[in-house]
Parts: sequence; structure tokens; C-alpha cells
Amino acid sequence: MGAPDQYVLTCRGLSKTFRVGRRSTEALRDLTIQVARGKVTGLIGPDGAGKTTLMRLAAGLLRPDTGSIVVLGLDASRQSLRVQASVGYMPQRFGLYEDLTVQENLELYADLQGVSVASRSVRYQELMQMTGLAPFMRRLAGRLSGGMKQKLGLACTLIHPPRLLLLDEPTVGVDPVSRRELWQIVARFVREEGTTVLLSTAYLDEAEACDEVIILDEGSFLGQGRPSEFSQTLTGRTFKARSAGTRKNRDLQEACSSQADVIDAVIQGDAVRLVLQPDADSRRDSMLADLKDVSMVPVPPRFEDSFVAMLRARRIADGAAFDSSASGDEDDLTVDAPDGNGGERGRELVRQAGAVGKPGRLVEVHDLQRRFGDFHAVKGISFDITRGEVFGLLGANGAGKTTTFRMLCGLLPASGGTLRVAGVDVRRAAATARARIGYMSHKFSLYGTLSVGDNLRFFSSAYGLARRRRRERIAWAVAEFQLGSVVNSNSGELPLGYKQRLALACALMHEPEMIFLDEPTSGVDPLARREFWHRINVLAARGVTVMVTTHFMEEAEYCDRMAIMMDGRILALGTPEGIKQQSRSPDNPEPTMEDAFIKLIETESVQT
Amino acid sequence: MSRLFALIVKEFLALLKDPKSRFVIIGPPLIQLVVFGYAATFDVNDAPLAVYNESRDQAARDLIARFDGSRNFRRVATLTSNSQIGPVIDSCEALVVLHIGPNFGRDLRRGGKASVQIILDGRDSNTALIALGYASSIVNQFNATWIRDNGGIGPPARLEVRSWFNPNLESRWFIIPGIVGLLTLVVTMLVTALSVAREREQGTFDQLLVTPYRPWEILIGKATPGFVIGIGEATLIIAAAVLWFRVPFVGSLATLYVGVVLFVLAAIGVGLMISSLAVTQQQALLGAFLFLVPAIILSGFSTPIANMPAAVRAITYVDPLRYFLVVLRGTFLKDMPFHMLLDQFWPMAVIAAVTLTSAAWLFRRRSQ
Repeated sequence: MGAPDQYVLTCRGLSKTFRVGRRSTEALRDLTIQVARGKVTGLIGPDGAGKTTLMRLAAGLLRPDTGSIVVLGLDASRQSLRVQASVGYMPQRFGLYEDLTVQENLELYADLQGVSVASRSVRYQELMQMTGLAPFMRRLAGRLSGGMKQKLGLACTLIHPPRLLLLDEPTVGVDPVSRRELWQIVARFVREEGTTVLLSTAYLDEAEACDEVIILDEGSFLGQGRPSEFSQTLTGRTFKARSAGTRKNRDLQEACSSQADVIDAVIQGDAVRLVLQPDADSRRDSMLADLKDVSMVPVPPRFEDSFVAMLRARRIADGAAFDSSASGDEDDLTVDAPDGNGGERGRELVRQAGAVGKPGRLVEVHDLQRRFGDFHAVKGISFDITRGEVFGLLGANGAGKTTTFRMLCGLLPASGGTLRVAGVDVRRAAATARARIGYMSHKFSLYGTLSVGDNLRFFSSAYGLARRRRRERIAWAVAEFQLGSVVNSNSGELPLGYKQRLALACALMHEPEMIFLDEPTSGVDPLARREFWHRINVLAARGVTVMVTTHFMEEAEYCDRMAIMMDGRILALGTPEGIKQQSRSPDNPEPTMEDAFIKLIETESVQT
Repeated sequence: MSRLFALIVKEFLALLKDPKSRFVIIGPPLIQLVVFGYAATFDVNDAPLAVYNESRDQAARDLIARFDGSRNFRRVATLTSNSQIGPVIDSCEALVVLHIGPNFGRDLRRGGKASVQIILDGRDSNTALIALGYASSIVNQFNATWIRDNGGIGPPARLEVRSWFNPNLESRWFIIPGIVGLLTLVVTMLVTALSVAREREQGTFDQLLVTPYRPWEILIGKATPGFVIGIGEATLIIAAAVLWFRVPFVGSLATLYVGVVLFVLAAIGVGLMISSLAVTQQQALLGAFLFLVPAIILSGFSTPIANMPAAVRAITYVDPLRYFLVVLRGTFLKDMPFHMLLDQFWPMAVIAAVTLTSAAWLFRRRSQ
């Protein structure tokens, strides 16, 4: 065990259950962990893993049901006030006062933490310089960008130097530049002030930057160690597959994931990254023959590979496997109308497109603007989406993605410019025009008090399906999205992954020509995200046009074309490959989408 | 048509499957009906009375006995000096002080004329006036008996009072029909005011707006549960008024229900309009109360509109409860015919039309 001081946080047999009405949720189950002093420890796990509960227990904000939690030598549940005096806790939504300036927020938190007036100005200067907020001291916190707000939140937490810093998903929805800066601030504190950091994150590339990670899933402990220790278990099992022909990566990914020996297949850059079964080496040749024209190159494993493999093994053991390759068999049921009126609809579409004069363009946006009071959320953007395309809108929170999206769906009027979806402005068009689009938002907007079956019945009727057709589509939705076991449960009580599937099922009930997805993968675990993108691939293969917004940079690889948004403007528009090309340089020959994004923001800020 | 039906079914399910909103519909109205039905009355019973009698005459004792025997007064103190009057009123121990002077009997016998003093606690002016009314009627009865027994000359003219429609002037007959309007308004407003706001808060309203439903279809979907519940609630309270509180119903039920339907529609319109303006349920609830409190106070439920200053009276014209109360009181106690109530019906219809239309218009226009 070493010296007792070696660990800043020690949990023994920690359990916590929440009860709401008759339902109880076991947030943490018999957790025993230790967090080492002076290190950055990452808390990794899907939503509902118990990360936030652990943070709140460590901050003395909750009492454990059983077990003990010792923070800096103090019992967090009994001596919570003393714990809180030496711990800095930044919750997911930090309580900034939006109507106070940056300076006033700092003052307020300095008062709350009892920082002496004499030491303040030096500390402010340090923090503001570190966070780059120095020029904005007089700006209202509500007027800061998402990344700046997060940095200000961190600065407020750090005014009184904490010995243990608890950060709950500090980088979710923050632009890549601010994300890097946040990490630099954290690293500097660890280095210079010997702070111990425990942070949770949904970005698996961030896990790699931690000294140690603790993996949780559904309240249970899955493992603890250096990130490399986890990835090493997969040595020799990770590859990059490239198609020699002109096959799209998306198709290749689909083909790969239907192979029995492939545990995980994701698009990475210009190739598909594969994780194979432990004993798959001997069968690799037959697999390659099966895939045709594909070359495989071994690559070093990364943390995400092992995390996904771990989760997948767990889900299979639980008997709740939603293996994406398994649902591939049911694809024939998906999008095409079974009675062959797809062709007729196609002709109708061509006719409508002809009326616009630009065949093949389903969405046309020209100089689109939106103002909220004196805030210019969207500053004149233009783009087109071709029929059958998967079009991605990337950007941080506050970039204007959702506003653009809502204007396209007809939920928000534009302040200027023109937009057309399938030749009409959805907002002004007749109600029947709306029957041709599907919409799913990141809130998974379903009627929470209604059962899954009620939701399906309502949305199918809402789109005018009746009798046999309605029964067929509901049966299809239940089968395709594996909702059979929960048909009578209230949809509000479902786990997030189920909610996401139900929301997508409701949006696809009427077989729309185009589907709008607003941050569909926000908060769901990597497995559900992979499954989700598999479904999108299938839809795209059937000719459905997809427009999707996301703040996961790597998800851009799934798109045919994409636009990167920042501050209400489009910074780059094109294929993922083309956008990455722009930032190619001798010292970074193979840039990631994140690199490209950062480069774009840097050039943009130089210009302005 | 089946699409519209599905929407209505959904609205009912969303309302009734949520235990909290189920309670809002059933609990408070019943509690309020019982509480208001028994508590809200203008009748003054057992008003605390203090007696300061300086006279030793039999006539004075007679008069005091009449006060003691009345169920409107209850003797709480017997005073023995002038200086005790102030404290007994100040401390709210007594509402009324009956002061009989030392020469009461002598004056009465000598000139047939004597004074009694009544001192009232005027802080609650309404109650004081009512108590004064009771006191004067007791004194009048005393006078009548005295004249009969002692053969004096009666007053040249006498007031013979007959209250039509409510012979005993029971205030419950006046108040309970008003409660029908009050509770119907509260429940209908709560059901509808939360409906759109709840969906906006949960994000389902966007989902609803991207379906092919037209605004008027959404309006019907949202209005139907409020309509059914509002009519049901009104029926329940009307039945309770007649069967439980024994308030007579002499008018035409059909005429009353024309009023009920128009009133419920107007209430739904106001509720949905507030709901479409609100972004959160909390805002909707605040908005509903911001409307409810003045709507009730300015409706004539407890204070007559005729007594209000002209400027305030102008505001009452947009209050649907104002018209509905006339319909209720007219049909309950008076058998007012349909054509005489037309002037109450059309303003409610106008309020309903305007608010419902603007609610439907706001569904789409209002966005965060």
C-alpha cells in the first residue's frame, strides 16, 4: 500500500442507490478504488456508469449507502465541510452567474471560498493569463463562448488552490482548441502546484492523456490502470483496412463489421480501423478473401479499442448484446417501401427537384441568417446537400449548428437568406411537406409518461399511417430497434441507449426521404454510438438523405460531406478528406479532423 | 381524422398517466368545493358582543335578552364602566358593544323615545355593516313589541321587506353558483396552461411541430382534454351545489350549459395562450396565476362590479368569469331566459375565438 499519504482518495465497498418513486437505480455498486497523489486520473464510462455520483460523493455532497470514502485523510460523508474546503469541484454545468461579468464571477467565488483580499489580484492575474480570459474581464459571463465559459468555471474552481480537483466532464461540447487549452491548464496545475486531478470524460482520446484511468460501467468497477496497460492487451489484434478499389469507407466498414472475427470496426481517416477476436490470426486470410480487394496493416492499439472490446464483452455476457453485425440481417426490412413504390417516389422527387431547377439537390441554403436580439447566431451561411448524401454539421456548443438545424426543419424562422428542403421552405410549406422529413433531437424528445408502444402508435398515426401499414411499421420498429422487451415500459424510464433507439424509430416510422439528426450521439456510450452509425449507414445506402450535427470530431469521418461551423459561420465545407487535406503539412502528414479544425480556427483568428 | 384522434388520445394519456396532473384535476377542486362551500359565507353568526348596561329597568333587560337570544350574537363580556369599552374593541374581544344608558327605561316611559348606543369595530367594514343590520332589526322588533304592549303610537310608515329569489337572504345561495365558475376556471386553466409549456420544456413540442399536423389540429388536440375535463368539473360542482348544498336550481339546464361550454372554451383559450408564450412549466404556472387572481377579484364573485371605479370596470369586460357568473346566478336562482343572457354569451364567444386563434398562431411563431 505504501505510505498512507500516497493516496488522496480511497473508496472501500462504496455503494449508492437512488430511489425515485418505486424505481431504484444502483448508481454505484461495491466500489473499491484509490486515486494516487499528484496525478491525473480519468473516470471513464458511458452515461449512467456512476461517474457523477462518485464525484459528488468525493465532494461530500452525497452520503454513501454503505462503504466509506476517504478524501485527503478525511471522511467525506462525516467531515464534508472540511473536505469541501480543500477540494475543488467543477460540476458538468458550472454555476456561473451569466448576468455578472467575468471579474464579478471571480470575486464571488473568491468570497465564497474565503480567499484573502490581499492574495486575490495576483491569483486572478495568473488564472486569467492561463485561461486567456484576461481581455474579457468586463464581459458578462453569459456572453462568453462555450469554451470560455468552461475555462472561467475552471478558473473559479481554482481561485483557492485545491489539493484535489474534481472535474465532471469539463470538455463536453467544447471546441477542440478550448479543449486543448483546458487540458494544458490542468496539466500545469498538476505540475506546478502538485494538485491531484480526478476527471470524467466522454472523449476516449482524452483518456489516453490521463496518468491512470478508472473504468466504470453501470455502477460497477471494470478496471484501473495506465491507459497503455489496457491497450496492450490488444497488441497484435488492431489493424487498418484499406480498400484497393473505389469503395466508400462506409461500405467497407459495414462489410468488415459483419465479419464474425471483427469485434470493432470504425472509420479512421482514409481507412477502417479493426479490432479482431483474440484467436482470429489464423483465419485472417480467409477473411481478407471474403472482403475482396482489401489490404490490412497492423497498427498499435489505442485505449478506445480496449474500452470498446471490454464493453462489448460485458454486454454479451449480460445477454443484452446489441451487436451491430447481428442487426445487419434485418436490414432488408429497413427503409425501402416493400411494395415498390420507391421508384414512384423517386420520380416524384425528380419532378420536384426539376421545379427548383437544380436536379439532385435536396437542400439548398443561401446566405442564411438568424439573429436573436443583437446576437447574430448564424451569419449568412450557404451550402447544398445532394440527395442520398450524409451531410455533417460540426462545431462546438454555440457555433450555430442547432440554430441552422432548427431553421432547416422549419422550427425557427430565418432572419435573412433563403433555404429550401426538397424544393420548399419547410416553415412556410403545407403540412404535407413535413411528412417527407424525419427529425430527431439530442433530447430524444419522446413522451416520457407514455409507454414505448404508445409513443410508436402516436407517431405512426401522426404521420398518417393507418391500419395494416401502421401495424407493419410498428412491428418493423419493434423488431429493428429491439424494443420488444420494453414495449410496455414508460419511455421516460428507459436507459439512454433505448431512448435513442426509440427516438430514431419514431423519426423513421413514415420512411422519410430525409432525416435531420441533432447531436444524436451526445451522451450515449461508444457501443450505442457505433450501432447508431451503423443504422445511419444502412439508411444512407437505401438513398435516404441524412443531415447530422455532432461535436465529436471523429464522427465527421462517417459523412460524405461536411461543414465546420464556428461563431455562426462556416469555416470549411467539403469532404472530410478534402478538409483534412487543407491542414496537411510536412510535420503532420496525416492530420486528424481535430487537427484540421484547430488549424482552421487558428487561421480564422489570424485573419480577423 | 384518425391522425387527429391519435393526437387527442395522446393528450389524454399524457395528462392522465402523470400522477401529478391527475391530482391537479381531482384533488384541489374537491377540497376547494368543500372548503369554499362551508367557509365562504357573508352571514355573520355568533358575532362577539359586549353589553354595558347602566339601566336597571325591565325594558333594558328585555332588549338585552333579545340580543342574547339571537343566534347572530354571542355575549362575550359584560362591562361595568365606560372605560372598558375601548379595550374590549381594541383587543378584538368584541365586535359589537351594546350600551344602554341609565335613563333608558325612564325616557321610554315618559316620551316613548329612548336611545341605545351600538359601538362597532369598523376595521372589518363588511362584517360590521352586517352586524349592524342584525342589531337594528332586533331593536326594530323590540320597538314593535313595546308599542303593541304599551299602546304607543307607531311610526308613520313601516318597511315591509321581501327578498325575491332568496327569501332568507342566504349568502350560500349567492356564493355556491359562483364557485362553479371559479373552480371550473381554475382547473381548466391549470390543465391547459401546462400542456404546451410541458412539451416545450421536454422538447416534444418541436417533435410535434415537425409532424404534418397543422396548427389547428394541434389546437384541437390540446383543447379537447381541457374541454372534457372543464365540462366534467362544472357538471360535478353543479350537481354538488344542487344535491349537497341544496341551492335551488330554477332555470333551464340547456341555457346554463350554453354558458358552460362558451366559458370553458374561453378559459382554454386563455390557458393555451399563456402556455404558448411560456418556455417552461414554471413560467406557465406563474402566468396562469397572474391571470387567475385578477380574473376572480374583478369578476363580481364577491364584490359587485357596479361598485368598481369606471377604469377598473373597463378591465372586467375581458374577464370571461364576469359573464359566466351572471349566467350562473341567472339560471340558478332566477330562471333567466336564453335571450336575456345573449349579452353574456357573445362576449365569452369573442374571448374564446380571439384567444384560441392567437394560441394556434403562437405555437409556431414563438420559439426560443
